[in-house]
Amino acid sequence: MIDAGGWKGLVAKIHERVQGDYVHLWQPLGSFAGNPMGVHWTGIVFGLGGVIAFGYWTTDFLVVQRAMAAKDLRSAKMAPIIASYFKMIVPLIVILPGLLALAVLPFKLVPESAVGPGLHSYNEVLPLMLARYCGPGLLGLGVTALIAGFMSGMAGNVSAFATVWTYDIYRPYIHKSGSDKHYLHVGRWCTIIGVIASIGTAYLVTHFKSIMDYMQALVSFFIAPLFATVILGMLWKRATAKGGFWGLLAGTVSSIGMYTMVVLNPATLRYIALSPDAKPMAENLYRALWSWMICVVVTVLVSLLTQPKTASELQGLVYGYTKIPSDGDLPFYKRPIFWGAGVAVVFGVLQYIFW
Amino acid sequence: MEDKVHDIPVHHEHHEMLPVWFFIGVLLLIYGVIILYTGLREYSHPAPVVLARYHASIWGGILLVVLGGFYTLRFWPRKRRP
Repeated sequence: MIDAGGWKGLVAKIHERVQGDYVHLWQPLGSFAGNPMGVHWTGIVFGLGGVIAFGYWTTDFLVVQRAMAAKDLRSAKMAPIIASYFKMIVPLIVILPGLLALAVLPFKLVPESAVGPGLHSYNEVLPLMLARYCGPGLLGLGVTALIAGFMSGMAGNVSAFATVWTYDIYRPYIHKSGSDKHYLHVGRWCTIIGVIASIGTAYLVTHFKSIMDYMQALVSFFIAPLFATVILGMLWKRATAKGGFWGLLAGTVSSIGMYTMVVLNPATLRYIALSPDAKPMAENLYRALWSWMICVVVTVLVSLLTQPKTASELQGLVYGYTKIPSDGDLPFYKRPIFWGAGVAVVFGVLQYIFW
Repeated sequence: MEDKVHDIPVHHEHHEMLPVWFFIGVLLLIYGVIILYTGLREYSHPAPVVLARYHASIWGGILLVVLGGFYTLRFWPRKRRP
């Protein structure tokens, strides 16, 4: 920030060097052409906020497994709330260095797919900034932190993959009567295969503009429709297993179908993202929204046409049939609602500052 | 039928677990000392980085030493009173 000349200097330098508004959240979202992502506010509010973000926080196993390990309901509620305070710091680590790089790096950054000799991609911003400002020692700490962050995410995802495959797919459907030792072996092999598969998929990123585009594409394929299935299953007593299955399948297939359609014919992007000015990131957000809606519609239709479960079968599974222990006897500062309200206030203040 | 399990002598040895915060404190302290040392060396041999005059390594090193020192001392493993 000192190098860029403070916040005002940073904004001025960005405007000098690149076109588009990079420093406001909502002002440039009135039209698709008004911002570098080529997205409208409806895509951000309903696609990113309503589907992708809710889906990530409620169905991503990496997040959910932490809440599952909680000792009681209050701890389970507090886990994502505490995490959200830290998550709000992420823009300082992810977005601010990116903005600073736009302002101070002496060369132009390019998309990952356009990297050539002497060119650097957006994905290299953090190492480039570390190398620019940190001497030996601090540079090592920075690189260590980057690798530690990568390893932590990788370990969480791979263990989640091994758990879901072994407990939720392999044991109930493929090999029901194995010993604990057998399932332990399967879990370990899953870990090895998961690591190899994730190394392989990392190469797919080179076909995308940035890691964020790649991640949002995967989220729109799998998490967006899954969120629809989970939320309907939790809150709607009439939802059935067949409805959930066909809804999830329709949502996922339609999402991959929309992506394939745009890859084969980029002109069709305007139909997915509702504007000829839309860019690939906007496509991700609207694709997530469409696949969520398709999943909801198919789940509701199939559920209404199939036999519902009885109230006794849904005890403890659906919100209306589950007794939720009250935390009204706790002092206010120990209640999740208090800390959740705190998150909402900080969120509102950040929106106001960066409007 | 006799329950043989009860005949097996069981020795309960209490193992104190090292607090994870102690481990984190030691780690930060080691990092801090190394970075502070390199920062002090850079006074006479400045590193070829932008804004070297602000001596980021010294400030970063001090911060890590203070933070690591606090956690190391605060969570130093002590024997539990009988």
